[in-house]
Amino acid sequence: MKPRNKFLIGGALILSAVAFLAINAVNATGVYYLTPTELSEKIAGDSTFYDVGVKVGANVVPGSIVRQPGGREVTFDMTDGSKTYKVVYRGIAPDTFTDSVEVVVEGRLHPDQVFHATVLLAKCASRYEGLPDRPDFNNDYDPRLSYAN
Amino acid sequence: MILVGELSLWVALLMAVWATTVSFAGATTRRADLIASGERGVYAVAAMTILAALGLWTAIFTHDFSIKYVASFTSANLPKVYLFTSLWAGQAGSLLFWMLVLSVFAAIAVFTNRTRHRELMPYVTGTMAFVMVFFLATLCLGANPFERLDWVPPDGRGMNPQLQNPGMAIHPPMLYLGFIATTVPFAFAIGALFTRRLNSEWLVAVRRWTLLAWFFLTIGIVLGMWWAYVELGWGGYWAWDPVENASLLPWLTLTAFLHSVMVQEKRGMLRKWNVTLIIASFLLTILGTFITRSGIIASVHSFAQSPIGPWFVGFLILGITVSAYLVTTRLKDLKSEAVLESMVSREAAFLYNNLVLVGIAFSVLWGTLFPVISEAVRGDRITVGPPFFNTVNVPLGLLLLLLTGVGPLIAWRRASVSNLRRQFTVPAAGAVIVGGLLVAAGMRNGYALVSYVLAVFVAGTIVQEFYKGVKARKSMYGESLNLALFRLIGRNRRRYGGYIVHAGIVIIFAAFAGYAFKTEHDVTMKAGDSVTLTDPWGKSWTFTSQGISQYDVLNREVTAMALETRREGKSVGIITSERRQYFAGSDPMSRVPTFQPSTEVGIHGSFGQDVYLTLVGVAGEGAGEIRIAFNPLVRWVWLGGFMMAIGGLIVMWPQAERRRRESGYVTQLAPEHDMVGAER
Repeated sequence: MKPRNKFLIGGALILSAVAFLAINAVNATGVYYLTPTELSEKIAGDSTFYDVGVKVGANVVPGSIVRQPGGREVTFDMTDGSKTYKVVYRGIAPDTFTDSVEVVVEGRLHPDQVFHATVLLAKCASRYEGLPDRPDFNNDYDPRLSYAN
Repeated sequence: MILVGELSLWVALLMAVWATTVSFAGATTRRADLIASGERGVYAVAAMTILAALGLWTAIFTHDFSIKYVASFTSANLPKVYLFTSLWAGQAGSLLFWMLVLSVFAAIAVFTNRTRHRELMPYVTGTMAFVMVFFLATLCLGANPFERLDWVPPDGRGMNPQLQNPGMAIHPPMLYLGFIATTVPFAFAIGALFTRRLNSEWLVAVRRWTLLAWFFLTIGIVLGMWWAYVELGWGGYWAWDPVENASLLPWLTLTAFLHSVMVQEKRGMLRKWNVTLIIASFLLTILGTFITRSGIIASVHSFAQSPIGPWFVGFLILGITVSAYLVTTRLKDLKSEAVLESMVSREAAFLYNNLVLVGIAFSVLWGTLFPVISEAVRGDRITVGPPFFNTVNVPLGLLLLLLTGVGPLIAWRRASVSNLRRQFTVPAAGAVIVGGLLVAAGMRNGYALVSYVLAVFVAGTIVQEFYKGVKARKSMYGESLNLALFRLIGRNRRRYGGYIVHAGIVIIFAAFAGYAFKTEHDVTMKAGDSVTLTDPWGKSWTFTSQGISQYDVLNREVTAMALETRREGKSVGIITSERRQYFAGSDPMSRVPTFQPSTEVGIHGSFGQDVYLTLVGVAGEGAGEIRIAFNPLVRWVWLGGFMMAIGGLIVMWPQAERRRRESGYVTQLAPEHDMVGAER
């Protein structure tokens, strides 16, 4: 056999190994990325979905964050506007996790409708972009109010 | 000055359109006056863009908060150095910075080639000018850094504290320099395709530019890892985040090119492949920028959603279409001049190296885009994370490491058994011995074991090469050891610089493998409490809390926890981790907090491991929550990155003409038809 063909066979072997690894790894490690509404629809359609680990992107309901003393456990509500779930997260919340940020949680929804998260990522919309808020010139301007968000 | 800056952006856009038009027109009609005008147009674009950047810097330094960009990213109390770097802290400014570098690079490329490659240059100039048209149009119409607000805020919002870090001040410019430097080789590739001058001419012209791009990308990526490690406080340096992947993709294809180009120079093979790799590298930088800025893929780094996404998609589609058309219509001119003669040869090793690098690039691209692909195909958005990338890329990376050892030593065309025996006996024996020792010492992690065995093998081949080279010089010229080593590298920069890069790679792989042995402990301590932990090397560490303190520094409030640290009973000092709250305004009574609090980790580093402390929070009554991690061998990642940069510099360093001839440098770059059949 010509070396060129041998090389092509070897190359095809490598590339198919890459493809096999890539497809297999997607099936083994890929997770659904849903909104709370999509999650509730999936659950309604198929109750075995409780056992599937999913990622959910949602907003934190302002004022709903409760931190256990010691800071190891935090509970909060997340919503996409139409569906709200309570979330329990055991672990260290990131610096960016505050009221009214967008979060991505990874974990499982339990049948009691509480989402148990193992990963909590906070995405602040204003992390890299943003303006100082426009003051309302009719009232006494207290910059503290406008920056508090 | 600010107004001048804004206006000069528009003038630059017109100039770039002019330069594109007359360059291509001059190229097809062969009119020298048009060609010369196009080249002068590129200089004019550069001058105008420099003016625009000076305009924005003026606005930033004079705190003109009526300009949206200035109000969004700076504040009156921001330190000067960060005022300077805020030019690339946000979307519009970083695009202007991109354009600034691009225009300067284009001007340099035109100037240095003013008497060379005259057939190619009109197309090269036109292509670069067209890329600049795109960036300038995006700036003027999509994301104008000079956009004004209809009111003037009393102070700006300030810079994100996590960007207020020396690493962050230089990491983005380095990446940009690397990204942007791929434009010049891309333009030469397009020029070569247009003119059908597809021999080694264009490769010689772009050699230094591809090295430059690779060099800056390497530095940028390693600095980004370092920044993530010391600033973000999660204890790692690589998370397979889409933005990180975006910087890795062109690095992979450029690395592949730097190897496959040698096969074309020596044997006249792989011409299609080389053109494709260069085009792919450039388009991947555009894709990467698009991923970073459009918000299409959820990333922790993502910029806010912005209107410039469609601009980049359009440009990407245009680039792919034109390149694909040019390559497919010129397949005949891209025919190989030689055939692969043996599977056991350097050509074959380089081909496999290229396949693996491109395979890694494909899998990274696939994983990064998977949420978009799965949503389009199946309707469900499915994401893949670090487990995906590690499953696929760890085996591929190890294969690559093996090839790093084999490629440089195996003979061209066909390796004989004696060649193999001579080159690989010692390194292979060393690898087997070290592997046995590691197993005997109790290491059971499969991937880590393979990594170390391969690392020793590759390191062995490199040491052997230096040893043989120095020995030969010593006996031939009677030089001292140091002089022989210095001359060996100096007279064969490409070869020995390459080995130094490989040594850096080996060190980085060994450091990655060490990370598998990381341990973490979460503890809560009041002042005076202490905890004793065992590190991965089996040494015991005692940490004693010195309590929590709070104080102000410059533009931030700091909460700090200090731990008195002892290793095996001997004090190594105090390690401090901080949480910082930044504020705006200089008056202590009226200052207001900005951004979320950020964490400053405490690191006690050594070559064995980093002791890495993260203050998580305060738990009342002066007790602090702290995470103590032992991260083995992390320092070697930075060291390996440094070696790669040094090796890259050695390869790039200009060589005097006489020396070049002496070391065979010139003959290596001779047109390939002279080389075919001339076995060296």
